[in-house]
Amino acid sequence: MTDLTLRGRSLDKGAVSRWLQDYGVFAAVAALLVFNILFTDNFLSAANFRTQLVQAAPICIVALGMALVIGTEGVDLSVGSVMALSAALVPLYLGYGVVPAILAALVAGLAVGLLNGVLVAYIGIQPIVATLALLVGGRGLALVIAHGQLVDIRDPDMLTLGSGEILGIPIMVVVAAVLSLLIWLLVGRTTFGRRLVAIGDNRTASTLAGLPVRRVLVGVYVICGVLAAAAGVLATARLGAGDPANTGLLMELSAITAVVVGGTPLSGGKVRILGTIFGALLMQLLRATLIKNDLPDSTAQMVQAAVIILAVYVARERGTR
Amino acid sequence: MVEQREQHAPVLETVAGTKRFVGTLALDDVSFQLRPGEVHALVGENGAGKSTLIKVLTGVYQLDGGELRHRGEPVSFGRPVDAQRAGISTIYQEVNLIPLRSIAANVFLGREPTRFGLVDRARMHREAAELLREYGIHSDVRQPLGSLGVGAQQMVALARAVHTNETTMSGEGAGAAQVVIMDEPTSSLEPREVETLFEVIERLHRKGIAILYVSHRLDELYRICDRVTVLRDGRLVHTGDLADLRRIELVSMMLGRDVSDIRRHGSTTFGDTDHAVVEEGRSEPVLQAQNLVSTPKVRDVSIDIHPGEVVGLAGLLGAGRSETARAILGALPLDSGTVVLGGRKLPSGNVGAATRAGISMLAEDRKLDGIVPHLSIRENIVLASLPRLSRFGVVSRTRQDEVVKTFMERLRIKASSPDQKVVELSGGNQQKVLLARWLCTQPKVLLLDEPTRGIDIGAKAEVQALIDELASDGLGVLLVSSELDELVDGSDRVVVLRDGEVAGELSGDEVTRDAILDAIAGDQQEASA
Repeated sequence: MTDLTLRGRSLDKGAVSRWLQDYGVFAAVAALLVFNILFTDNFLSAANFRTQLVQAAPICIVALGMALVIGTEGVDLSVGSVMALSAALVPLYLGYGVVPAILAALVAGLAVGLLNGVLVAYIGIQPIVATLALLVGGRGLALVIAHGQLVDIRDPDMLTLGSGEILGIPIMVVVAAVLSLLIWLLVGRTTFGRRLVAIGDNRTASTLAGLPVRRVLVGVYVICGVLAAAAGVLATARLGAGDPANTGLLMELSAITAVVVGGTPLSGGKVRILGTIFGALLMQLLRATLIKNDLPDSTAQMVQAAVIILAVYVARERGTR
Repeated sequence: MVEQREQHAPVLETVAGTKRFVGTLALDDVSFQLRPGEVHALVGENGAGKSTLIKVLTGVYQLDGGELRHRGEPVSFGRPVDAQRAGISTIYQEVNLIPLRSIAANVFLGREPTRFGLVDRARMHREAAELLREYGIHSDVRQPLGSLGVGAQQMVALARAVHTNETTMSGEGAGAAQVVIMDEPTSSLEPREVETLFEVIERLHRKGIAILYVSHRLDELYRICDRVTVLRDGRLVHTGDLADLRRIELVSMMLGRDVSDIRRHGSTTFGDTDHAVVEEGRSEPVLQAQNLVSTPKVRDVSIDIHPGEVVGLAGLLGAGRSETARAILGALPLDSGTVVLGGRKLPSGNVGAATRAGISMLAEDRKLDGIVPHLSIRENIVLASLPRLSRFGVVSRTRQDEVVKTFMERLRIKASSPDQKVVELSGGNQQKVLLARWLCTQPKVLLLDEPTRGIDIGAKAEVQALIDELASDGLGVLLVSSELDELVDGSDRVVVLRDGEVAGELSGDEVTRDAILDAIAGDQQEASA
């Protein structure tokens, strides 16, 4: 009798925490949707859903890159500053056309990623320290480039990127979806992706297996940098102005939260792309819910913190098994 | 009456203990008894349930069915610390200490002597040094633990476990029987250290402390153990006095095979014939390592390996055997010397290039340097061969599955599916997964560093048979081993290392236990003379 109940309890606990880790983020998004549909005025409308998705898109794109970095047991704190660099560079090069302007921003993201990757992989600096340098320096550089000014964007093509639609779906959402799919394929199907996860799980073993550990690490930081730059371009287009002082501010924290809430462990060795996307959606919905119910943004941040702790706790439960 | 019963009552027992994991029954109705003051051997193949039983006894796992009793009373150790409080100390196969902290701090971890609420460093260092001297360790206890060799670290772990035990004991009143559990304590010890360990065990034994001793080395078991319990496939097969049991009977119970069958095949499963059919000079060596120097451990080593040849690498712990293998692979940068594979010189310190050229190494430390724990068996096997299984960087699932299936069958890897995480497998099966990883790269030369360490007799036999088979297929093998039998039976030629230099080379009929020992010992006399 007693051992029967004991067995039931221990199995249940393990099963519950495993389920929470695997599906918790989806359940949380669903629960928030249901709550809002029932209790929040004017929530159930196409226009509102579109707004929510558009606002979640930049977080989602940055979080994708962050998920890869975290999968290698690293972290990239410089993503917000890379977005700021985009905000500074896009208006500067818009005179040459939309494509050169976007390219300039992406190249800047690539350069930052390359620097991060080299510092981490070849020089051996801790990721948190290496990327901290560019968190500070990147935004500083962006402000210098833009002379600390907010620059209006009048180019209609650029503005379309932020507010236009393809087949009724906002362009920003389409871009986020395509990038998500690409990264998902990259992780699951390619040599690069499989190596990335192995390196995150056991770096020495990967080295001894002859994997190009350093090159993969550099690649991961470069991808993260380019994705952050892309998110910066979209955010700038959406805003209709280059605002290096505020674009991407605290984005690194939102992205890390989305990744962790989505079930990617900070200890590396596993990357959950779908979870990350829903993590980004959850962050956006959480904030929207609180704001729409007349709670200030600062409260939203505290709730965000509670969610992080909860997610890490659930992940920990599993890690000790 | 009551007193008498309490004296005979087991200090620790499981009654019909059952432990279930997803898909497997790790312990099935196991009634195990550890009596006060005995040295009890626990044996069984990998996956027999030894580790699970130990983890149940030490509070890492909880039984799903049955009962755990401590001195006759039902107990439930929810966490390892509960078991420790009950006077049960454990030293694991792998050292579970903190390499960056000082030796003394590790000994007293969690129980630091304090004065005015602060750690009393002077006292801690003094007491640690005194304690460790008994275990043959004379190093400066203020140095980080990581500066010691693996064997010495294990001794520190033992000292810590026993010391904890003794202090708990004095706190709880004399006569209270205590328990020390040792999970393969000798697997990384030198012979000298093994002797020290046995002295410590003898001392504990005299104090009336019960010892549960897990080892695959039969010599050790027969030397120090009173009783034995044999587990197989999660069930208790036999428990009784060890002296009454012939070795061959013990082995047959562990393997579940006929005694006659084992006799026929001997203690190792290497074949009788030498592989190197080619005469000296007739075939080109597939690998030529010339005058390798990689300070501080490798000082001057030259080794040739011909196709189809198993070259044994002998020497004491610290003689530079592992380091030589690593230097050949490029995991240790060379100060001088060259590695030539198939006529081409390899770049120094480049593991990737060596792997592509056809050298693979099975590392000594399976957990740290081998497995990628949370990835599946499939991903662990193909890890080093991804480019070959991919087109334009996209991995072909079909080809991958084919390769994985082939190797899992060929090496008889026991698992619920290729998707099972490697960390969930037994040591022997993990080792087979790693072997599969290297075979998958289609190497020309395989460097095996202690390939059978810490795996059970059954898996050991399979791995040894496989080494034989691979050499017969034309692979060059470098076999690093501390077990003389393995070197003698398995190698065509043996290179003996001492202090990072080649101290002797034996081939053909010269390869005997005595000759290897002489080569090592002769040099030692020279050194001391």
